[in-house]
Amino acid sequence: MNMIFLLIGFSILLALLFLLAFFWASKSGQHDDLYTPGVRILFEEEKPSETRIEQKSDEDHPFT
Amino acid sequence: MKETNSLTVETHCFHCGDDLPEPPYPADDKQFCCLGCQGVYQILSSHNLSSYYLYNDVPGVSQQKKAPHFNYLDEPGIAAELVDYTDARITVISLFIPVIHCSSCIWLLENLHKINPAIAQSRVDFLKKQVTITFKNQQISLRQVVEMLSMIGYEPLISLQDMIKKQRSDHSERNLLTKIAVAGFCFGNVMLLSFPDYFGLNSFEQNFKNFFGWINLAFAIPVLLYSARDYFISAWTNLKNGVLNLDFPLALGIAVMFIRSAYEIITQTGAGFVDTLCSLVFFLLIGKWMQKRTYHYLSFERDFRSYFPVAVTQLKDGQEKPIPLNELKTGDRILIRGNEIIPADAILLKGEAELDFSFVTGESLPLAKVLGEIVYAGGRQLRGAIELEVVKPVSQSYLTKLWNNEAFSGQKDPIKTFSDTASRYFSIVLVAIALAAGLYWINTDVNKAIAAFTAVLIIACPCALALSSPFTLAAVLSIFDQNKFYLKNTAVIEELARIDTIVFDKTGTITNPQATGFDFSGTLDQHQKQLVSDLARNSGHPLSRELVKWLAVNPYFPVEHYMEKVGRGISGRLDGHDVKLGSAAYLGLKTQDKGSVVHILIEGHYSGYFRSSQRWRDGFKQLALKLGQKADLHLLSGDQDHDRKTLTPFFPRMQQLHFQQSPQQKLDYILRLQETGAKVMMLGDGLNDAGALKQSNLGIAVTDDINNFSPGCDAILDGAAFKKIPQFIQQAKDAVKVIHMSFAISLLYNVVGLFFAVQGLLSPLMAAILMPVSTITIILFTSLTARFYARKNKLL
Repeated sequence: MNMIFLLIGFSILLALLFLLAFFWASKSGQHDDLYTPGVRILFEEEKPSETRIEQKSDEDHPFT
Repeated sequence: MKETNSLTVETHCFHCGDDLPEPPYPADDKQFCCLGCQGVYQILSSHNLSSYYLYNDVPGVSQQKKAPHFNYLDEPGIAAELVDYTDARITVISLFIPVIHCSSCIWLLENLHKINPAIAQSRVDFLKKQVTITFKNQQISLRQVVEMLSMIGYEPLISLQDMIKKQRSDHSERNLLTKIAVAGFCFGNVMLLSFPDYFGLNSFEQNFKNFFGWINLAFAIPVLLYSARDYFISAWTNLKNGVLNLDFPLALGIAVMFIRSAYEIITQTGAGFVDTLCSLVFFLLIGKWMQKRTYHYLSFERDFRSYFPVAVTQLKDGQEKPIPLNELKTGDRILIRGNEIIPADAILLKGEAELDFSFVTGESLPLAKVLGEIVYAGGRQLRGAIELEVVKPVSQSYLTKLWNNEAFSGQKDPIKTFSDTASRYFSIVLVAIALAAGLYWINTDVNKAIAAFTAVLIIACPCALALSSPFTLAAVLSIFDQNKFYLKNTAVIEELARIDTIVFDKTGTITNPQATGFDFSGTLDQHQKQLVSDLARNSGHPLSRELVKWLAVNPYFPVEHYMEKVGRGISGRLDGHDVKLGSAAYLGLKTQDKGSVVHILIEGHYSGYFRSSQRWRDGFKQLALKLGQKADLHLLSGDQDHDRKTLTPFFPRMQQLHFQQSPQQKLDYILRLQETGAKVMMLGDGLNDAGALKQSNLGIAVTDDINNFSPGCDAILDGAAFKKIPQFIQQAKDAVKVIHMSFAISLLYNVVGLFFAVQGLLSPLMAAILMPVSTITIILFTSLTARFYARKNKLL
C-alpha cells in the first residue's frame, strides 16, 4: 500500500506541470485575445507562386 | 434610368456594397461607387490580395470620405509618444482601426507585408479593433505605414487619448485568471484527498489520514496567501475606513477556516476544512471574474481628446508645421484642411468654411461660416482648406472648458449596491452570533466554545451571498449586450433600477440623424417643383441633396448660368425661368431663419420655403408616453425652440422643455435636479452633452454606430435599441428583485448551517457539502430567473 504515497506524489507533480503550462500560456498572452486566432486558422494558406507549387508537387511524388 | 439599370447587372459597389452612381467607376469587370473604392480594389488586386473579396461579400467600407493628412507623424516628438517600442531597426505600434468588422479585414491587415515588404509583421485583435504592426523603420516611416492603411480603407484613429492610454496597460484580468487557476488546482486535489476520509478509512489505513491532512494543508497555503489575498487587503482597508463590506466576513471566514484546519491537522484531532476553504475561494473568484468580464471593448471614458486630432498644422512665416495641440497658443495661425477638426475656438481668416458639428451637437446638417466669424472648436471642415487664428487655447474653448468642471475632476461617487448595504448588517449579526455561541459554551466546555465560535464563522461565510449579485448582474449584462445596450459595469444595472427622472437631449438622441424630412410652407405646382429639384440636383450641399431625395422627381430640365454660394444658396436658369434657392440672407428676405430653411424665389417671386425637420427615432412617441407614466421627463436641447410645439405632448410640463442650452447649462440643470433628490438618467449623444452625462446618476450615450465616437458615459445605447428603454428599466428592476430573492435563499442555507454550528456539531463533511450546494443553487437560480424575466420583458 505504500505505493500510494509515491503515486500521489507523481499525480500531484503531473498536475503541477499543467498548472505551470497554464501560467506560461497566460503570461505569453494567449488568453488576451480569444476571438481572432479562431478566425485566423480558417484562412487559406497562400501559395507563394505557380513555379513553387510545381516543384513541390514533384517532391511529393518522386515516382511519377 | 430603367434602361441603364437593366444593362448593368451589378447595382452595388463591389468593394463596399453601396448603391452605384451614374456612371459608376469601373475596374476590371467590377463596378465601384467612388474613386476611393476603385482605388482600394486596384491596390489590392495589383498586390495579389484579391482573396480579401473571397471571405465576405462586400467587405470594404465606403471610401467617399477623404482621408486626413498624417504629416504630423513625421514629428519625432509626436511619433515617440505613439509607438509601443522602437530601436535602430524596427518599430512596433498598436493602432486602433474602428472599421475592422469582418474576417476579410483580419486577413488583409495581417497580409500587409505583401503590399510593402518593409512591414515585418502585423497582428489583429478583432474585438479590440486593434492592429499591432512591426515595421523596419529604415525602409518605411510611421507616416507611410499609416498612409498605407488609410489608402486601403483602414484609417487608424489616432487621438490624444491614445497617447495617455499607453501608460496603463492592464494585467488585472490576467492576474485574476491565474488566481482562479491556482484555487481551482488546489480545490481539485484537496477534494480528491479528502474523499477517503469522508467515506471512512479502515483502521490499517489510518496512517494515510495524516499524510492526506498534511498535503491538504500544504495546498491551503497558496490559496490563502495568493488566491484569497485581495479579500484580506480589501477587508483591512475597508475596516480602517470604518466600512464593513462583504469582504470582511469572507476574509474572517477564510482566516478562521485556515487556523482551525491547521490546528486540527497538526494536533491530529480532525480533518480540517481545507476543501471548504479551497472551494469557497475558487467560487468567489469565479464570481469576481463574472462581474469583471466585459463583453465589448468599448471605451466609456472618452472625452474631447479622443475626438480631437493629435496635432494641427500651424502657419508660421508662410511655413506649414505640424505642432501638438497642447502647444497651440492664442494668436497662432492654423491651417485646417478638408475633413479635419477645428481644435480650438478661432476666427476664420481665409477660405470657405462649412462645418459639420454632428459630434458636438448631434445636428447632422453642416453650418456655413463667413470670414471674420468665430468658429467654435469641435467642428469638422467639409470643404477645402481654411485658415484660422486661434482666439482661445484648446483647454479654454467654449466646448472643452467643460472638462475643467469639477464633475470631471473628482471620481464619481461609487454606485451604492444592495450587497454593500446588506453586508454591513450581515457582518454585525454574524459576529454577534459567533460570540454568543462561544460565550454560551465557555463555562461548560472551553473546547466546545472555540469549536462553536469558529464553526459559526465558517458556516456563515457568505459565499452564496457574495455570488448573488455578480451572477445575476452578469446575466443581465449579457442580456442587455444582446440587445445592443452596453453597460460600463454591473453596478450600472442597480442604478438603472433606481432612476426616477429622465432627461433627453434632442438632436441625435430622440431624433434620428440619418432621416430628415421637410415641411413645406407656400405653394408650388408640379412644374415649379420640377424646377426646384433640377436646380438643387447640381449642388453638393447636404440640404440640397436631401431636398432632391425628398421631392422625388426625375431630372428633366438642364440648368444654365448655375451659381453656388457655399452654404448660402444656389441660382440658375431653367426652362426660361430664373430660380433661386437659399437662406433668407442670400435671397435678400427680411425674415430671420429658424433652423435649416431653404427659401424659393422663382422669377423674383417668393414661392415659400422648405424647413428641414428631423424625424423622431422609431417608437419615440410610445416610448415617451410609457416612460412618462413612471418617471419625470425633461428635455435639454442646444437648438432653437422651433420643435417646442411638436414636443409638448410628450413632456407634460412646459417648464421641463429647455432650448438653447449650452453644455455648461446642461450640466448645471442636472445638478439642480439632483439637489431636489432626483435620480437622474441622461440620454445624450454629442460632446455638448458630455458634462450632463458625467454629472447625472446614469449617463447613456445614444449612438447609431457603436464604433463611432461617443462621449464619456456609463452606458452606450445603440440607436436601434432606443425604443426598448422601458424594457431595460424593467429588467433592471427585476434583476434587483432576483438579487433580493437569492439573498433570502442563501440566508436560508446559512440558518441551517448555523443551527448545527451554534451547538458545536458542525462536521467538516457537512461544511464541505453545504458550501458548494448553496453556491450552485445560487448560480442556477440567479441565471435562470434573470433569463426568465428577460423573456417576460421581451429582451430574449
